[in-house]
Amino acid sequence: MAHLEAEFNRLLQLAQAEGSQMGTVRDRIVQTIYREAQDIAEKAVKLKGKAEDVDRMIDNVVTSKIWGYPLMLALLSVVFWLTISGANFPSALLAEFLFGLQDQLTALFQWAGAPDWLHGVLVLGMYRALAWVVSVMLPPMAIFFPLFTFLEDLGYLPRVAFNLDKLFKKAGAHGKQILTMCMGFGCNAAGVIACRIIESPRERLIAILTNNFVPCNGRFPTMIAMAAIFMGLLVSNYNSFTASALVAGVVVLGVSVTLAVSWILSKTLLKGIPSTFTLELPPYRIPKIGSLLIRSVFDRTLFVMMRAVVVAAPAGMVAWILANIQIGGLSILAHLAGWLQGFGCAIGLDGFIVLAFLLGLPANEIVVPILIMSYLAEGAMVELDSIEALRELLVNNGWTWLTALNMMLFSLLHFPCATTLLTIRKETQSLKWTVLAALIPTGIAIAVCFVVAQIVRGLGLF
Amino acid sequence: MGLTAKSTGIYAFLEDLNQSSVKADAIIALAGNPNTGKSTVFNGLTGLNQHTGNWPGKTVVLAKGNYLYRHKNITLVDLPGTYSLLANSADEQVARDFICFGDPDATVVVADATCLERNLNLVLQVMEITPKTILCLNLIDEAKRKKIEIDIAALENILGIPVIPTAARDKTGLKELREAIHQTVFGKRCNHPKPMVYSENIEVAIEKIQAEVENLFQGRINSRWVALRLLDGDTTIIQEMRNYLQRMEPKDQPVSETYKEVECCGSFGSRV
Amino acid sequence: MSAAEFELTRLPVGKRAEVVRVGSVGSMRNRLLDLGLVPSTVVEAVRKSPAGDPVAYKIRGAVIALRSEESRQITVRSLD
Repeated sequence: MAHLEAEFNRLLQLAQAEGSQMGTVRDRIVQTIYREAQDIAEKAVKLKGKAEDVDRMIDNVVTSKIWGYPLMLALLSVVFWLTISGANFPSALLAEFLFGLQDQLTALFQWAGAPDWLHGVLVLGMYRALAWVVSVMLPPMAIFFPLFTFLEDLGYLPRVAFNLDKLFKKAGAHGKQILTMCMGFGCNAAGVIACRIIESPRERLIAILTNNFVPCNGRFPTMIAMAAIFMGLLVSNYNSFTASALVAGVVVLGVSVTLAVSWILSKTLLKGIPSTFTLELPPYRIPKIGSLLIRSVFDRTLFVMMRAVVVAAPAGMVAWILANIQIGGLSILAHLAGWLQGFGCAIGLDGFIVLAFLLGLPANEIVVPILIMSYLAEGAMVELDSIEALRELLVNNGWTWLTALNMMLFSLLHFPCATTLLTIRKETQSLKWTVLAALIPTGIAIAVCFVVAQIVRGLGLF
Repeated sequence: MGLTAKSTGIYAFLEDLNQSSVKADAIIALAGNPNTGKSTVFNGLTGLNQHTGNWPGKTVVLAKGNYLYRHKNITLVDLPGTYSLLANSADEQVARDFICFGDPDATVVVADATCLERNLNLVLQVMEITPKTILCLNLIDEAKRKKIEIDIAALENILGIPVIPTAARDKTGLKELREAIHQTVFGKRCNHPKPMVYSENIEVAIEKIQAEVENLFQGRINSRWVALRLLDGDTTIIQEMRNYLQRMEPKDQPVSETYKEVECCGSFGSRV
Repeated sequence: MSAAEFELTRLPVGKRAEVVRVGSVGSMRNRLLDLGLVPSTVVEAVRKSPAGDPVAYKIRGAVIALRSEESRQITVRSLD
C-alpha cells in the first residue's frame, strides 16, 4: 500500500527541486500554450473585411453612464410588471379550476363513505394547500423564468454585473451577486444554487447567506396583498399605483439590507481580501425562443414547482390537524398562537401570524392561507374571493396598518424556507452556515419589526 | 489515508455513471470555454433538455446524456465550461479530473469559431492529456457573419486531431460530429496531436522524471503531462494523483482496453 | 519601470497596449494567466462601467472586465 505512495512522494520531491530551480513554471507553461494558440490561429484564420461591431454599439448604450442604470431599472420593472399583471388572470383561472375540483373530491369521499377526518386531512388539508400553492405560484413562475432566461441567454445579465460591481465591491461582495439575487426573485433556492457562478468561496458564501433578502415568488403575492391592505387601512382612497410603489420600496429595502449585511459579514465573520473579479462580457446572441421556453419551463419552473408541492402537501395536512384537534375547547393551533401572542405583539404582529410563519417554513406561499385558516377557525384553508373580504377578515381580527406593514417587513426579512435551507446545507456542506442563514435574517426581521412597532406606538399613532 | 477518498468527487460520479441502466459502449467528455454553445451541442447530440446560457461558467453540475449512433450507445458527459484546466476554480478541477482520471473514450472540445485563438488554449491543454481529442468548431455561422474565415483542413493538419465545424443552434454539423466521435472511439483512426514543446530547461526536467512517472502509473495516465504538473507543483492535482494511485493499488489489473488502443497510437510516453 | 511602461489601470479607453508583466501572485495570478494575460499579449481598453470601475478589456478576442485592484498589477507598454 505504502509503496506507491512513497514512490510518488519521492518523485514529487524530485520534481519540486527541479521546479524551484526554474522559478515560474506555470508562467512558462501558459505563455508557451498561448503563443502556440496565437501561432495556429494566425495560420488558420483569415479576416475577410471588417464586420460592423453590433455588440459594441449595444454596449455603448447598455453600459453607458447615462442609460446604464435607468435601462436596468426599466427592464427590471418590465419583468415584474409582466410577471404580476400577466399572472393574475391564469392564477384566477387555475384557482377556480382547482378549487372546483375540490368539490368533486369531496363528493367522491362522501360517495365512498370515507370518515370525516380522512376527508379533512386529505382534501381540506393537503389538497387545498396544494391547490393554493399551484394556483398562486405556477403562473408567475411560468412568466418570470422564461423572461429571466431570455435576458440570461441574450447576454444582458453579465452587463448588469458589470454596471453594479462597484456597489458590491464596496460591500465586500462580488458583482455577480446581483445575478444570484435576480434569480432569487424567482426562487431563493434557485438563487442559492446560482451562487456557484461566484468563483471565490468568501464572496459566494456572502451571496448565499443574503439571497433570502430578495422576496421570492412565494412571498411576492403576500407582499402585494399586504401592500393593498396597508394602503387601504391607512387612507380611504388609494390606487393600485401607490400599492405597487410600496412593493417596489420593499424590494429596494431588501437590496439595501443585502448590501448592508454583505458589508457587515465581510467585516466580521467572513473577513478577508476581496478575491479576483474577472467577468466576461460575452457577445450578444438572440436566443431561440422555442427551446428557451421548453428549457425554462421544464428545468426551472416545473422543477421549482415540484419541490414546493412536495413540501406543501404535508404542511397542509399538519396545519389542518393542528386546527382541528381540540384540547379544552380550543384547537391546538389556537393554543400555540396563544403562547406566541406576547412575542407577536411586541413585534407588531400577533400570535397567529408568528405561528403561520413558523408553520409556513416548508414553503412561503402557504403562510397567508394558514393565517386565514386560523382566523376563520373553520379548520381548512380557504381562498377569499377579494382583497376587500380579506381586509375585513383581518380587521375583525385586530389588524391595523402597522400589522400589515410589519407583516410585509417580516415576510421580506425572516428565515428562508425549508427548501432554501436544505439547498444552503447542500451548497455550503456546513451546518454552521445553514444555521446562520436562518438566524441572521430572523434576527434582523425581529429587530426591524420590533423597532418599527415601538416607534409607531411610541408616537401614539395607536 | 483511509478509504474515504475512493468514493468521493470524480469516483463517486464514475460509479454512478457505471451503474446507469443502459450500459454505455463509450463515454465521451464534452469540454469547452464558457459561451461557446457547449450546452447547445450537448442538447443537439443527446436530445436531453438541459439549460444553456450565455453566462460564463454557468453549467456547474455535470450533466450527462445518451445517444445511439451506428448501434453504439454513447454516453456524453457535459463538463463545466472553463477557460483552462490549470487554475483553481472548482469547475476547472472537475473538468480536468474527468478528462484526466475519468478515462473518457474521447474528449470533444467545443470552441467558439469567432474567437478561435482564445479557445485554442483549452484545446491544446486537452490535447496534452489525451490524443483522443476532437475539436468541435461551433458558431461557425456566426463567424461567417463576422467575416471570419477558418481553414478547417489547415487547422486539422496543424493540430493533428479531427476538426468539425458546427452551428449547433441549427443542428448543422452534428451528424459529422457523431461520425468523428464514432471513428475516434471505434474506428481505425489514430490522432497525432501536435505536441507542445516547452522551453529547454522544462523539457530537460520533464525528461528526468517522465520514465519513472510512466512506471509508477503503469502507463495509465499520460506521463509527460503528469511530469509537467509535478514540476508546476499544483497542489489540487497532486492530491488527485494520490487518490488515483490509492485506487490503482489493490487491484493490480491488467492494462486496460483503452490503454492498448492509445498505445497503438504511440502517443503516450514515447513522444515529446 | 521604464518611462513607456505603466499600469493597465491608466490605459485610456480605446487605446491598445502590450503586457509587459503580471505582478499579482497566487490564485489571482493564475486566473489572469488563464485569461491569456501573459507578456506580449495585446490588450485594448474597451469601456468603463458607469461607476468607473471595473473596466472591460479586449483580451485575445474576448471582452473581460477587471477591477482596478487587478489591472493595477499588470504592467503594459503603449502600442498607440
